[in-house]
Amino acid sequence: MLNIALPKGRLGEGVYALFEKAGYGCPAIREKNRKLIFESPEAGVSYFWVKPSDVAIYVERGAADLGVAGKDILLEYKPDIYELLDLNMGRCRMCVAGPANFEDDVSRPLRVATKFPNIARGYYSSLSREIDIIHLNGSIELAPLLGLSDVIVDIVETGKTLLENHLAPLETIVPISARLIANQVSYKFKNPEIAAISAAMEKLVQEADL
Amino acid sequence: MGTDNKKGLFERGEAMEHSLRELYISCGYRPYKMSKFEPYDLYLENRSFVTGGNILTFTDTDGRLMALKPDVTLSVIKNYRGGQQKICYHEKVYRDTGSSHEFREIPQAGLECIGAIDRYTQLEVLTLAAQSLRRISDRAILDIASVGFLNGLLADTGADAVTRRQLLAFLHEKNGHSLRQLCERQGIAHAAAVVWQELARLYGPASQLLPRLRSLCLNDAMRLAADELSALCGLLEPQEGVTVHLDFSILQDLSYYNGLVFRGYVPGLHTGILSGGRYDNLVKKLGKNAGAIGFAVYLDLLSQLPDAARGLDADVLLLYGDASEPADVMARARALRAQGLTVRVQREEDRGRYGRVIRMGGA
Repeated sequence: MLNIALPKGRLGEGVYALFEKAGYGCPAIREKNRKLIFESPEAGVSYFWVKPSDVAIYVERGAADLGVAGKDILLEYKPDIYELLDLNMGRCRMCVAGPANFEDDVSRPLRVATKFPNIARGYYSSLSREIDIIHLNGSIELAPLLGLSDVIVDIVETGKTLLENHLAPLETIVPISARLIANQVSYKFKNPEIAAISAAMEKLVQEADL
Repeated sequence: MGTDNKKGLFERGEAMEHSLRELYISCGYRPYKMSKFEPYDLYLENRSFVTGGNILTFTDTDGRLMALKPDVTLSVIKNYRGGQQKICYHEKVYRDTGSSHEFREIPQAGLECIGAIDRYTQLEVLTLAAQSLRRISDRAILDIASVGFLNGLLADTGADAVTRRQLLAFLHEKNGHSLRQLCERQGIAHAAAVVWQELARLYGPASQLLPRLRSLCLNDAMRLAADELSALCGLLEPQEGVTVHLDFSILQDLSYYNGLVFRGYVPGLHTGILSGGRYDNLVKKLGKNAGAIGFAVYLDLLSQLPDAARGLDADVLLLYGDASEPADVMARARALRAQGLTVRVQREEDRGRYGRVIRMGGA
């Protein structure tokens, strides 16, 4: 039996649909109830929903053999896991955003508000730019509007929220999408099962790309 | 599993430590006790060898900056004085671990062999690694790989230092799609790019995959490394319950290791419990002219194994009450212990695990 951690929310539902299409469906998951774990002995899988940012922890610590996590989470927390597949879903970009006419004053440290301090630190350190990180947990767009920060580092999907708040994406740090990840030890002891599920998913992703 | 721990005299790590020490001593490895502290410089100069970033430091009475050892191997090499040195150890190391960023004391057992390292020596160490895993669990996987093979591939890849680091990081993640993108972006030759992606996927029994590895060779260095790995695997006697797999994702830092590297896994743990390899480069960096091979077993992980083997807290729980005379309680307990039973004596029942409960007057 493979334990699979799915991210709660819209992305997770799309990801589950992909598992189902690959032949790893679990009808119980579509039932409206308060169950936390959904098993399909026929398909040899068991699913559970967790907060998207927690998927990597469940997988790294072996509570889940497989999981689906955004590349943003993998870059931010650097869990020691295997990244088996880019599912090409939930595509967006990790961006630096700020006022559309923003000009960096290099005579002082740049104030950067973000939910992703490690990604922001890594990006600006690659540019040798000194920054002052302001770690926020939500409503990041508010920070430059209230003068809390000069720019933000955040995920941009359509750019609509930014636009409505008179902000614009200024630089793209890295493209983001959902990844199929595996626990290292599970990969070894349950290799035939994990290899089969990964191959079936890869086939679907390639077909969708064509 | 070769641990005689029927009476629960040792906690799991201690019992395993004894069992492993017995194994290593039976092969002539001499127990080695080292100092808890080392000058901080030793680790500063070899920072990337010591996994886990931070080191616990303090100032000694003479003003020198000292460190609680985060690693055993460096101390062993420092004390090497020529000839063939075969030692085994059980030591506690101090590291900041993973995501919690807190310092922890980690008990480690292992062995090191420094001197002239030939094929026999490598075989002996690899066999002892497999036997160690067998003592920990009745099912285990020993992953092996070769640094020589990757160095050969890197020579044909011809990328800059940053790209090389990225290639190795993606290989460590078995991240084939990112390896492909990176090779495309950096204009890496198609032949080398294909091998990188193949290596990310290559996983399974070494005996089956070694011919495949041989077919991926692009130069003599890779062929030499693949042949050496095949020769070792061919000589390695099968250990019941331990399978040897080929896996290049176990490699991370190539600066200290040279030939064979290996990592051991048992079910029920989320990470590897044994790690080792050939580290001639580190020995040479510390100014000694010798080769070296060794491995460490991370005994702290044993506490995370499913606790199926947890025994009784005592064979008998002897309960007494107000009506029991202390002398009678003592005599009763003594009589039971004389039968070879372990006996715990107290007033009230608790949630411990006992073979049976005997109640005395008033209990």
